[in-house]
Amino acid sequence: MHELSIIASIVEIAEAEVQKAGAQRVESIELEIGELAGIEFSALDFAWEVGVSQTVLENAERHVNRISGQARCSECDTTFEMQALYDPCPGCGSYFSEIIKGKELSVKALTVS
Amino acid sequence: MCGICGCGQPDGAVTIRKIDLKKVNFGKVTPLGAVSPLGHHDHDHHHVHAAAMNQAPGKTVLQIEQDILGKNNLLAERNKGFFEAKNILALNLVSSPGSGKTALLERTLADLKGEIPCFVIEGDQQTSNDADRIAATGAEVVQINTGKGCHLEADMVNEAMRQLKPTDGSLLFIENVGNLVCPAMFDLGEGARVVIISVTEGDDKPLKYPDMFHSSQLCIINKIDLLPYVNFSVEKVKEYAKRVSHITEFIELSATTGAGMDEWYAWLKKQRNTRLAP
Repeated sequence: MHELSIIASIVEIAEAEVQKAGAQRVESIELEIGELAGIEFSALDFAWEVGVSQTVLENAERHVNRISGQARCSECDTTFEMQALYDPCPGCGSYFSEIIKGKELSVKALTVS
Repeated sequence: MCGICGCGQPDGAVTIRKIDLKKVNFGKVTPLGAVSPLGHHDHDHHHVHAAAMNQAPGKTVLQIEQDILGKNNLLAERNKGFFEAKNILALNLVSSPGSGKTALLERTLADLKGEIPCFVIEGDQQTSNDADRIAATGAEVVQINTGKGCHLEADMVNEAMRQLKPTDGSLLFIENVGNLVCPAMFDLGEGARVVIISVTEGDDKPLKYPDMFHSSQLCIINKIDLLPYVNFSVEKVKEYAKRVSHITEFIELSATTGAGMDEWYAWLKKQRNTRLAP
């Protein structure tokens, strides 16, 4: 359940930003998470409330931009949607590909007050 | 409350200590969640921060675009720099519990004794059982107990190295917490990641836990002496792992009988030589 330590890192980022801005709390937070980033979205949902309690993120509205995975086949150059790391290229069937999207894991924006 | 899993334990649950068979000394370290964030400072004078000057009354939107793993990755880079400057080959050993990581290390340390200086960082939730086994081989070892944590992070390794003090040109084995999921996300600054799977596990593990196989450069298939007794296909596990990562190399061995260990030592020496400064 590494999602809780991911939430702890998000809290740390938010607390630093709130302090820098001289604010008190976070009204809303926008996260960008790729579907190949290694995050289980349901585990993140499950752990969020506990992870942010008694922090600046308590009661903050959470927006998650889910970025679907995309890869480029190294054999035939086809760009395709990748749902799992072992998905073959739909064009030529090769497993030899590079991930070009879906590994994102960042805090995009915070609204503080 | 603990920031790792939300349990009722206090935050200081991570412990890191060097094993001294004569004198056992527990040392508390600051857990990741309690470290001051970058940019934070405590002082008693007042000045206006740039961000606060632009602050409209009420709500302010901050476009920060910060990598959530940024702090761990930054610390991992510091570890990496330390390893490079000291010509240390650091390996992050990852696997399920029970794949034989510690047994592999015990045999490796015994066989390489007198040839290559070796240091070990052991990661487990609880106990120093593994570190005690390693210490019995005569190797310097630090045990990290993560408490409820399910993986090692770069700051724990950094802290452990301050106690371990690995020497120039040495090999550093970091045995991660037995877990094929969580350690995949956390760079420790290692030179290479080694995933270990034993033939008593399912040969479809690379597909079930693709993140770990995707991020590893070497896959060790352990306990091959048990192959006649189990339903495990070496070819299948290789094929599945290659679907997930096309750079992974494979070594089949048995830490118990010693079969295949020479190939592992040759790999270690090759990796070490390519990193040693001319």
